Parts: sequence; C-alpha cells; structure tokens
Amino acid sequence: MVIAAVEMAEEIILLDFWPSMFGMKVRIALTEKGLKYERREENLLNKSPLLLEMNPIHKKVPVLIHNGKPICESQIIVQYIDEVWKDKSPLLPSDPYERAKARFWADYIDKKVWERLHLLGGKLWRTKGEEQEAGKKEYIEYLKLLEEELGDKPYFGGENFGFVDLTLMPYFSWLHVFEIATKFSIEVECPKLITWSKRCMERESVSTSLPDHQKLYGFFLQLKKWHGIE
Amino acid sequence: MADEIMLLDWWSSMFGMRVRIALVEKGLKYESREEDLNNKSPLLLEMNPVHTKIPVLIHNGKPICESPIIVQYIDEVWKDKSPLLPADPYQRARARFWADYIDNKIFQLGGKIWTRKGEDREAAKKELMECLKILEGELGEKPYFGGENFGFVDVSLVTFSCWFYAYESCGNFSIEAECPKLIAWTKRCLQKSSVSSSLPDPLKIHDFVVQLRKKFGIE
Repeated sequence: MVIAAVEMAEEIILLDFWPSMFGMKVRIALTEKGLKYERREENLLNKSPLLLEMNPIHKKVPVLIHNGKPICESQIIVQYIDEVWKDKSPLLPSDPYERAKARFWADYIDKKVWERLHLLGGKLWRTKGEEQEAGKKEYIEYLKLLEEELGDKPYFGGENFGFVDLTLMPYFSWLHVFEIATKFSIEVECPKLITWSKRCMERESVSTSLPDHQKLYGFFLQLKKWHGIE
Repeated sequence: MADEIMLLDWWSSMFGMRVRIALVEKGLKYESREEDLNNKSPLLLEMNPVHTKIPVLIHNGKPICESPIIVQYIDEVWKDKSPLLPADPYQRARARFWADYIDNKIFQLGGKIWTRKGEDREAAKKELMECLKILEGELGEKPYFGGENFGFVDVSLVTFSCWFYAYESCGNFSIEAECPKLIAWTKRCLQKSSVSSSLPDPLKIHDFVVQLRKKFGIE
C-alpha cells in the first residue's frame, strides 16, 4: 500500500513597506529558510483593512500572516520563523546562553542603534557644523561597541550568519544613505563592520531583501522634501 | 555540579521582581544582591557594561541581562519544571508580543503619573487605563494570560501590580473601578508563593514614591 504524503501548502504573506528596516529583517529570515511568500506593499498613509485587522494594536508593518494567523513585531516574527522552520539555516544558537546573548545584542541594536539612527537622521539633516559632528560621534560610539562584539568572527553568530547579523544589516542600508547625505564614512572608524557588511551582502537572502541604495537615497530625499528641509 | 545563581537586583524594580518570580517558580536557590543604584558595584559594571542596569542574572559566572531575556533563559535552561512560555510557536509568539507591549507601555506611562503634573499626568493616566483595558481584554475569561497556567505574560505584568497603589494615589484614580478583572487576576497571582514572596508591599512602594517626589520637588 502506498501512502501518499500530502503536503499542506503553507500560506505566508508579509505585510511590508519597502524602506522599513524591520520589514527587511523578516525578508532576510524568510529567504534564509527558503520559504515562498507573498509580499504586500502597504501604503502607510492609507493602511489596508488587512493590516488594521491583523495588527489592531500597533497598526504597523511588518506583519507575517502564516496560514491566516498574524505575528507582529520583527524580532518576534524572526524567532517564530526560526522555531517553525527549525530544520534549515538556524538563525538563533541552540545553546541557551548563546541564545540569550544573541537576543541581548538584537535588542541593543533595535533600541540604541535605531534610536540613534533616528536622532542622527534628525540631527544630520536638520543641523550643521558642530551639532552634526556631535551626532556623528555618538553614532560611531554605538557602532564601535558592536564592532567589539563582532571581534574577529566572520558573523555575529560566529561561523554562521544569524539573528544579530540579520538585525543589524538593514540599518546599514540606511547608514549608507546618511553617509552619502552628509559625506561621512564609518569605514575609517569601523573597518571590521564594513568588511562584515560586505560579507553579508554576498548572501542572496541579504542582497535580495535590502533595497537598492539609489532607490533608498531617492526615498530619503523625498522625506526631506515632505519635511520641508533643504 | 551545583549551579551558582546570583541576582543583582533592586527591591522596587518591577524588572527584578520578574526574575525573582521565575527563579522561585523553577524552585531554584539563588543569592540576591541588592545594588545601590547611586553607587553601582564593580560587579554590576563588569557584568552589564553596556547598560549598567539591574536585574542581571549571573549563572555560574556568566551574566544575562534584560529581564525578558533573563526569564526566557531561565525557562529554557530549567525546562522540566513549571514552563513559563507555551510549547507551541504561535502561542509563544503571542506571549512575546504581549510581554513586549507591557514593556513598551506600562513602565513609561506609570512613571509619568508619579513624576509629572497637570496635563501631562492626566494624559498619562488616560493612556495607562486604555492599555490596561486592552490587557484586560486579552486576559478575557482565562484565569491567567497563559491560560490555565501562570506564564510569561503573567510574570511580565504582575510585577507592576505592587506599583498600582502608588500610581493611583499620585493620579487620584482607581484601577479596580475600570479594570476589575485585571485586579482580580492580580489577587489570583498573589496567591502563588512565587509572586507573593517576590513583590514588596504596595505601601512600601507608595512611601518610596512619596519620598522621591519630595526629593525632586514634584507636587
């Protein structure tokens, strides 16, 4: 008797916004796991009924909808993806202590680096001279701490690309925009991070998930215009 | 080999209380060290150089920081007793979502109630009540956020309950009036020895807040 294994097709939808660093993380995770998914671009000025239904609390992207059930908040989504599709490309370490460390650094990146990038973005495009220099300096300090944590490892995850790597890479696409906009480069101060980011970009999951730099820069210029800044 | 567990803590910290509850739920023996937050110990600075904050769990000499990360660590290492997170990945994602919601809302809003005045305080009060109502909605008719069993979201929220009296006094309002089910849930949690032994007396928190308000000249 032949028993045919019937595979239930997984339905995976990602409600996203192309410049969102948080959306980029989820795209990377899905691709690392080799998952097919439908990406739906949200208009954040006119949110879809589906988004409002799936994320009524925060009404934000990204939202992963897996077989009709929503998961929100990028860190939570990535861990969910890692736990459900655990047999391929593990993103979090198997050891509880290493896992706690990975969560710690991802949390640091999302809170401190995001906060600084946001403020930096504000400072860089609204200020000149000394204040701008001070903004850049603060930002470099946060990145240097991360560079120290990376050390001589190829990835934050060690030999393998993992949770912390995919959390930080999306910020690098935005960092690149600020570097062009303000003519500052972190290459001198954080050469290891630059090498690391190039290594990550060689991965298909990363290169296909991050937007084109020119396109992102164009978006940044649009944002400046909307905010009435030269 | 006996596990060496140390917790760097501060008596009134809702975040420290979460770790205490988790450790007791798992039946673990540990050494608690009270930090002086105005004069942080060399050990704290060494174990949490990035944030220099408590709580820090030190397990066999290795530090784990940030209370949700510590609680998950405890749950994963001592997984055979009193599981705090659900086994199902989707339910686990939901538990993490609500714990994250609590972390982003309750502390800041509660803090504004006792540190600000006038309109700021009123706005914080309103928003806090809206958040607590949402949480009450999520609890629904279940005995705990975790369902039949006390879990991660319960641990994350119950530690704020000893601060409620201080918030209510400063803001002149009653949480019970608007969220009776939530208050019933806090009483249910307090029947657990892990919770009652980990939370300080709300009157003590209230007196501490009064002292701080005097010190900083807040009406």
